[in-house]
Amino acid sequence: MAKDLKQYLRPGVTTPFCPGCGHRTLLRLILRAIDELEIDIDGMLFVSGIGCAGWIPSPHFNADTLHTLHGRAIAFATGAKMFNPRLKTMVISGDGDLVDIGGNHLIHAARRNIDLTVICANNMNYGQTGGQVCSTTPKGAVTRTTHGGSPYRPLDLCKLVSAAGAVYVARYLVTQGSVVVDSIKKALQIEGFSFIEVISPCPTQFGRQNRLDTPREAFEFVERMCITKEDAEGLSPAELEGKIVTGEFSNGTG
Amino acid sequence: MAWKKVSSVLPAGDYYFSGDEAIAEGAIAARCGYYAGYPITPTTETLERISVRFGEVGAVFMQMEDEIASICSCIGASWAGAKAMTVTSGPGFSLMQEGIGHAVMTETPIVIVNAQRAGPSTGQATRVGGGDIMQARWGTHGGMPIIALSPWSVQELYDQTINAFNLAEKYRVPVLVMAEEATAHLRERVNVPEEVELFDRAKKPGAPPFGTEEDDGVPPMPAFGEGEKLLVTGSTHDAYGIRKTADSAIEEKLTRRLYQKIMNHRAEITEYEDYYLKDADIAVICYGFTARSALFAIERLREESRKAGMLRLKTLWPFADAIVGEMGSRVKKILVPEMNMGQVVGEVTKYVSGDVISYNQMNGEVIHPNTIVEQLGRFL
Repeated sequence: MAKDLKQYLRPGVTTPFCPGCGHRTLLRLILRAIDELEIDIDGMLFVSGIGCAGWIPSPHFNADTLHTLHGRAIAFATGAKMFNPRLKTMVISGDGDLVDIGGNHLIHAARRNIDLTVICANNMNYGQTGGQVCSTTPKGAVTRTTHGGSPYRPLDLCKLVSAAGAVYVARYLVTQGSVVVDSIKKALQIEGFSFIEVISPCPTQFGRQNRLDTPREAFEFVERMCITKEDAEGLSPAELEGKIVTGEFSNGTG
Repeated sequence: MAWKKVSSVLPAGDYYFSGDEAIAEGAIAARCGYYAGYPITPTTETLERISVRFGEVGAVFMQMEDEIASICSCIGASWAGAKAMTVTSGPGFSLMQEGIGHAVMTETPIVIVNAQRAGPSTGQATRVGGGDIMQARWGTHGGMPIIALSPWSVQELYDQTINAFNLAEKYRVPVLVMAEEATAHLRERVNVPEEVELFDRAKKPGAPPFGTEEDDGVPPMPAFGEGEKLLVTGSTHDAYGIRKTADSAIEEKLTRRLYQKIMNHRAEITEYEDYYLKDADIAVICYGFTARSALFAIERLREESRKAGMLRLKTLWPFADAIVGEMGSRVKKILVPEMNMGQVVGEVTKYVSGDVISYNQMNGEVIHPNTIVEQLGRFL
């Protein structure tokens, strides 16, 4: 179902995203979820940090937006939400922003169960600064600061946030359109801290350095790494090495 | 009008408060709606008192995971409509510098109290220092002006905290109360009047929140949830908040206004007190706790018929250039005693061509009145 979501976009704003970037798709999926839930966007606050994903809500969404310091989006959002709990507050930012530089705020907001919906657009590198290694870069991937391939294990963001106590935690690929929309809808309806990691490939920076010459190859690269939670059940840690497990890890009922 | 008179929340009368408690009560009187902080000596007592008192008055208290989160959450709360404050000391103040810059750029009213302790680094956490004066002005990158106040007593910690909220709301700028451990941990009588005069940020629905052609240079400030579809960003932006990261004219227009909205009002913002200056030929320029010692010293010299006077800066930034320059042309010598290696003295020499002598003490103790008498004795 193609829906006209233009009503949610700030008039006169053009997208800054590169051709093939997953963030443009994610932008649409977030708006679809809001539209399907018929939430009044004027009652929402969108908070984002620094990096490509920080531009998903700011300036695109025709609503209250707060574009913050690098890493601190959740701290800003906490202040706004705690002072005015009526603001339905969504944080949208990247993996480098939310987890690397801002990881402390992420785990403490989850621990405090602040009523925020956090969407982490994971593009596996620092896209805006040209493609450097970050905590989610797959082991062996080439970046501008790991020319021989990253020697580090990537961080499992969902495990981190689950351990910190988030009530809703899920991870999907940005290409899983309606699944992502349903997940965002769930997160928006659950009271408490919810976290959705959306794998959103970066063909321009990450793809270019890893010989993924087209956006399609960049998407296929992450699709090959992904495995559903159901398929992952019973596999040994060795078998899961290098895999990204998708699905719901906490659903607000536990 | 944005000024209004309301009752002080505490019943009028005299109280015996520590400086830390006075900060908390000043914030309550100013109708601070959101406080975020992190425990740090010597202001933990403010955090603790607020945690109890904010519950009583219906304001929001958050103990955050660090000082970065504290200041950032204050900015978020301020845009949600709160008067917001955080209280800290040196190491926490250092962590807050980037947040101060974001508040400057987004023109967010917030109050930051820094009870200075002996530094650098962890230094002597329970002892006094005064080494953060230039950091207050220049600590965040970009060099835009803020407002910084310097209280010398527990009464003034109460009064200046209220004043800081008023200035923050009026000029849409972070206001720093540059307290000192010595006053934070001091207990003195504080008089609370019946009423307090408060300034609330101006609102004008539909008007651009980041630009104005008005002379005062301060645009109205809406809040989240008012249907204004706000674009708040620390990136360079136009009057409506649209990011303009490669437009020279917009960068220049914005930074010029951020500069002028404070500097064009410096005569109105800066407060000072003068003592025995009329016929003085030697003078002390001082601020904070040091002014207490200096006044004692001046009065002792007056008993000996020495023509000594004193100028106390209640506002550190913007700097009181006019009065300092005017006074500097009348007296023969000026002493600037500071609990640092010489910070305000550098400003004084910008506006005074005569003899300016610095006295510096960084030993975790306040400067003793006898020391100031001794230093002035060198002039006599």
